[in-house]
Amino acid sequence: MPKLTIDGREIEVEAGTTIIQAADQLGIEIPRFCYHERLAIAGNCRMCLVEVEKMPKPVASCAQPVGEGMVVKTNTAVVRKARQGVMEFLLINHPLDCPICDQGGECDLQDQAMAYGSDRGRCQEGKRAVPDKDYGPLVQTMMTRCIQCTRCIRFISEVAGTPVLGGLGRGEHLEIGRYVNAAVSSELSGNLIDLCPVGALTNKPASYTYRAWELKKTESIDAMDGLGASIRVDTRGNEVIRVLPRVNEDVNEEWLSDRSRFAVDGLKRQRLDRPYVRKDGKLQPASWAEAFAAIAARIKGLDGSKIAAIAGDQADAEAMVALKDLMALLGSPNLDCRQDGAKLDPAVRASYLFNSTAAGIEEADALLLIGTNPRKESPVLNARIRKRWSKGGFKVARIGHKSDLTYKYEHLGASATVLKDIADGKHPFFEVLKAAAKPALIIGQGALAADDGAAILGLARKLADAAGLVKDGWNGFNVLHTAAARVGGLDLGFVPGTGGRDTAAIVDGAAKGDISVVFLLGADEIDVKGLGSAFVVYQGSHGDAGAHRADVVLPGAAYTEKNATYVNTEGRAQQTKLAVFPPGEAKEDWRIIRALSETLGKLLPYDSLKAVRERLTKVSPVFAAIGEVTAAPWGAAFGTDGTPSDRSLVSGIDNFYMTDPISRASKTMAECTAAFGGGCNHKKTGTHG
Amino acid sequence: MSNMTHEPNSFAFTADYAEKAKAFIAKYPAGRQQSAVMPLLDLAQRQEGWVSRAAMEVIAGMLDMAPIRVEEVATFYTMYNRKPVGKFHVQVCTNLPCMLRGSDDVVAAAKAALGVDFGDMTSDGLFTLSEVECLGACVNAPMMQINDDYYEDLDANSTKAVLEALKRGETPKPGPQNGRQFSCPAGGPTSLTELTFQTEKA
Repeated sequence: MPKLTIDGREIEVEAGTTIIQAADQLGIEIPRFCYHERLAIAGNCRMCLVEVEKMPKPVASCAQPVGEGMVVKTNTAVVRKARQGVMEFLLINHPLDCPICDQGGECDLQDQAMAYGSDRGRCQEGKRAVPDKDYGPLVQTMMTRCIQCTRCIRFISEVAGTPVLGGLGRGEHLEIGRYVNAAVSSELSGNLIDLCPVGALTNKPASYTYRAWELKKTESIDAMDGLGASIRVDTRGNEVIRVLPRVNEDVNEEWLSDRSRFAVDGLKRQRLDRPYVRKDGKLQPASWAEAFAAIAARIKGLDGSKIAAIAGDQADAEAMVALKDLMALLGSPNLDCRQDGAKLDPAVRASYLFNSTAAGIEEADALLLIGTNPRKESPVLNARIRKRWSKGGFKVARIGHKSDLTYKYEHLGASATVLKDIADGKHPFFEVLKAAAKPALIIGQGALAADDGAAILGLARKLADAAGLVKDGWNGFNVLHTAAARVGGLDLGFVPGTGGRDTAAIVDGAAKGDISVVFLLGADEIDVKGLGSAFVVYQGSHGDAGAHRADVVLPGAAYTEKNATYVNTEGRAQQTKLAVFPPGEAKEDWRIIRALSETLGKLLPYDSLKAVRERLTKVSPVFAAIGEVTAAPWGAAFGTDGTPSDRSLVSGIDNFYMTDPISRASKTMAECTAAFGGGCNHKKTGTHG
Repeated sequence: MSNMTHEPNSFAFTADYAEKAKAFIAKYPAGRQQSAVMPLLDLAQRQEGWVSRAAMEVIAGMLDMAPIRVEEVATFYTMYNRKPVGKFHVQVCTNLPCMLRGSDDVVAAAKAALGVDFGDMTSDGLFTLSEVECLGACVNAPMMQINDDYYEDLDANSTKAVLEALKRGETPKPGPQNGRQFSCPAGGPTSLTELTFQTEKA
């Protein structure tokens, strides 16, 4: 461990650390453009020059490993002059159009020009202009502003794994560009905007609509997929302008998927902003009291077994526990949060969690993907798998659809029988898993959401036990959820009670007339047309499939509009924060259910968020540990012993850009679907199994 | 980037070149095959006269690298032609030493002899005239490179003579065009004219 002195302060760091990293540890700020701690070192911007004793010239601190006894000075006349020189060169060709640049106010170049720039230029020549490139509907390019730091090239090659960007030409003529005909279609392309230290790459859907300093910043949690990335919601007035990732090493590092980032325009479209009641076959605007009265009239005197509730993919835990309690008061055992029909076992928590945790994937040394396409189901998690793969010594195999996951894997076939062979130890990959120190599997909803899902879950359990996926301090049994609501729903027991019906049986019962009232809590992905003559109450944020079928529509809040709890696929309870208020008369979801309970004469015993959350922690201690993974014990058996059918285990997500009511309402996501053909793994005309 | 019209749809190394490419790849350790990208681009250029996008894609496939990485290399080095060139690629150096020694005359003579400007190809497809940076033959300035050969110590007349000879299908002798041998002093030896050997004094 070399010891060095930076600005008179001594620090001991690991060998191989660079000076800039050592300075960061001390909190000494060194300006930089090209250096980024999550990308390979390029050393081409020269802004991070520092003086090192006994070295003849200033050195680039990002590329210089520390040495024993090094004496570094970051703030001397020599250093300042060197950086001023670098800045002057950078500004020779930079347009300085800050007043009309979207990056203005949060621009590294602007900030550092304040420190090292001159108030006038010595360069009399014309500036170079660079033609803009087409990076698709998400990333706006202004290539004249580019300072060729190459962060975007490194990100798209290293992290995203879709190397389509490069530096073409040389010297004065160097331009960052994409390979001809290759779309910048990574599901992580929005991160290019964050990485770009200048205004060359900016947010296209939000371009020219905001100035960074006008925005109110609310730290929250993403609810567009099962990972629950940490986000910052930037708002102006009562409008969400953009969503940015926050650093959370355990979950999303500092990346965010394009859907989570760019579907926010869907929050402004197709919104349910007041209650509706169906009269004469048409949904008519109504007051809250009228809507509740209509429901009460229908439910009054009805036997509990004729009432059912289904929770959707973005339902929050507070609303689900309120609805669950209400259903219990109404005497109904018919409730389910698995609207896709996944055969998850709510009794054994380890059976539905991503047990290794997202960060834990980086420790795994063998991985089996079963019926999942992590690139589409959770692009940020997929980047972690790729990160692990890039380090080497990581064998990945996949049962399911064959597509580009941005890393190499062995395709074992699509059929569930392959899984059976592996579980029985008859397949060579069984030995790979068995020999690995930390083997893991990831099973997707595509594998579980079918009649034989329980058998497949049973096989996975068998495989996990046989191949030693679970050992001291390691649990490699992972279920990847695509819905933000799912784990929370299972944790609080939003599942059929004794003799109760699950999603398929509820739909079936409604079609046959056995179920008279169906309460949909944001559930749009079920067969709403197959609900027969049942009286449908839809509570949710968007006028999607569920609201169109509904007899009463109760306007709820989207995830940016409420303080709500979600449990991510790892079993980590996290809370969103209210960034804007729900539109019109829409309300926080649990409040709606609480108010309805009063009208129904079945008053729920809580009337504040605090009280609901106390109720939640009583239902499950998971909800008390906010931000923490509550690990689940391995032990009880789950799944069934049956033999699965010979079907193909393919991912449940066909179009990455449109999976939920918000992204389906988003114009940006529609443009992405048109440009990239519904996900990146197949062409527009392609078929998906 | 702009000359998309030239881009062919496909490219394949001839058997001969494919063999050579294989030999180049074999020079590098396993897993380091990408190091062969420059010789392979050169082979493609020797075969076709220039490096097309199709060729870059073939090379990217052979070396298991992203096409954009190959394009970065091909656009960085000016010696790779990114658009078709004539049978003879005439590259005239106009850097300082050549200019001081009269490259302006050479340029004028070449333009007159070929009837094209820099960057253009003659209509018969025989010549492409290019202006290049220093080719490292300053000692014999001014000079031009035609395909793999250097023609040095040029003036307007000898430039014209070389180009006319090529037009006639002849192969003019490369090297200095003023009778000088390689890069020995232009007016004959100036030192060591008499060799006398003396024993070293103590």
